[in-house]
Amino acid sequence: MSCKASGPAAVNPVSAMDYMPIDKLRTIQLERLKFIVKRAYDNVPLFRKRLEERKLTPESIRTLEDIQKLPFTVKADLRDTYPFGLFASPMKEIVRLHASSGTTGKPIVVAYTEEDIRTWSSAMVRSLAGCGIHEGDIAQISFGYGLFTGGLGAHYGFESLGATVIPASGGNTERQIMLMKDFGVTCIACTPSYFLHMSEKAEQMGIDLHDLPLRVGVFGAEPWTDEMRRRIEECSGIKAYDIYGLSEITGPGVGCACEYQDGLHIFEDLFYPEIIDPATGEALPDGQEGELVLTTLKKMAMPMIRYRTRDITKIVTEPCACGRTIRRIARISRRSDDMFIIRGVNVFPSQIETAIMAAESVLPVYQIILTRDHGLDNIEVDIEVNEQIFQDKVAAIEDIKAKIAHSIERTLGIRVVVKMLAPNSIPRSEGKAKRVIDKRKM
Amino acid sequence: MKLKQLSLFLENKPGAINDPCQCLADAGISISTLTLADTKYFGVLRLLIRDWEKAKRILEEKGFVVKLVDVVAIEIDHTPGSLARVLDVFRENGINVEYLYAFPAGLDGRAVIIFCFDDPDEAVRKLSDVPGIVLVGGEALFRE
Repeated sequence: MSCKASGPAAVNPVSAMDYMPIDKLRTIQLERLKFIVKRAYDNVPLFRKRLEERKLTPESIRTLEDIQKLPFTVKADLRDTYPFGLFASPMKEIVRLHASSGTTGKPIVVAYTEEDIRTWSSAMVRSLAGCGIHEGDIAQISFGYGLFTGGLGAHYGFESLGATVIPASGGNTERQIMLMKDFGVTCIACTPSYFLHMSEKAEQMGIDLHDLPLRVGVFGAEPWTDEMRRRIEECSGIKAYDIYGLSEITGPGVGCACEYQDGLHIFEDLFYPEIIDPATGEALPDGQEGELVLTTLKKMAMPMIRYRTRDITKIVTEPCACGRTIRRIARISRRSDDMFIIRGVNVFPSQIETAIMAAESVLPVYQIILTRDHGLDNIEVDIEVNEQIFQDKVAAIEDIKAKIAHSIERTLGIRVVVKMLAPNSIPRSEGKAKRVIDKRKM
Repeated sequence: MKLKQLSLFLENKPGAINDPCQCLADAGISISTLTLADTKYFGVLRLLIRDWEKAKRILEEKGFVVKLVDVVAIEIDHTPGSLARVLDVFRENGINVEYLYAFPAGLDGRAVIIFCFDDPDEAVRKLSDVPGIVLVGGEALFRE
């Protein structure tokens, strides 16, 4: 426990909650769980109805484990009650609405009271402090501003921490790089794929990110892998931290990596985590992989009880070297939503990414194309050649192609066509990267 | 005695070869000779250019991936059997040819063939002293 000596006493006071004794943390969580269940029961008709169907009342919650009796909330619940059906506060107390784009039909709407905004900012502040960001840092926020929670969520967090905020939002990459250079930006927040796009563009503009004061990147809003983190760190010389969040719970800042970059600490005094078996809904013990389920313990405007995130992860059982007592989840590199099924095999894009890295030890820009030909599904992986991959000898390129195909085939057990594309031929995204193009007509 | 060849990756689709050529045209750069290796899905365009450094910089600025490859130019007579004799020398010396193409302008009425060897350094060392083998350097080949 040597880390304790330099632990709580030395940390930024904004992070004090992260180091609370576990008994005390569990006591606070139970108190808050009782409170939030009662609040939802009293104010959200759908939740009340579901408890009544199960012959439950708020008084049924006596221990933290009792949470397992409660019904799940799913994304469809937000859609079905669109726009304001799950709000627990009257509109005059709600100071902000966000909405997430639905790929089909109506978006989902989320609401915040003034207190909710403060709570959210405090979670962001704890996230950023854990990444070594501090007062005096100059932060470029290249998450989209607007209905999406990423931009404003990060914005409030950086401001509360005392950083100088540049609300760049997404897009206009050349201007982003100009701002980064001219304003002496030290921190950036955006999606990891957009940062990679920025670093490519910077290179084309003759700017080496290593030469800039840029020190820290806080990346999230899409699943990514450790390989991608290393690639970002190598191409820019910054430290890349993983931040996690979702609008339904609050936005970014539900959890974040600390300086050890080994999983993400969940701010569990605010967001209570469980892992369940996605097929049965059964709670799984810490250490076992499954779907992350979150309960907002303090959200006033829109309490979420046992919200199924669709994110696949596990709760890490070993204590973190940083000394924080709040639990960690493993990096989320896949969502049950991202999964596609091809010839009966469940495939996550991250598996393909890892297989490419295993073959070539560099991560090129890639895209997965699914097609259906005479009823048979085919998978094609398009890979942009880069300096490492391109060789003068045709046979050498063919060898690399075969090696990558073999590595993917070994991982998935399915034949795959690998195609080499010219540089910059796969469209870059300014938000979440589009890894899979499904051209199959269902 | 080695020359620098630029190799570019191209997709196998209409127009793919236009872009690098236009790019060099816009910069007023002349291509001395070129060859295209094609496969089902992609091609490798190989270019010999006097000012290869400038050409490489311009192509890379436009987003092309460019590799520098050492090749060797050998001068031969325009007579039957000249190339066969040179190839015999390669075989006797255990020199393996990856690919070859012609330098169309030739030199003083003689033909010039561009060779890409497995090991260009070793090839140049072995061939330098062989009577009848004339290696051509960049100054001679690219003179105005």
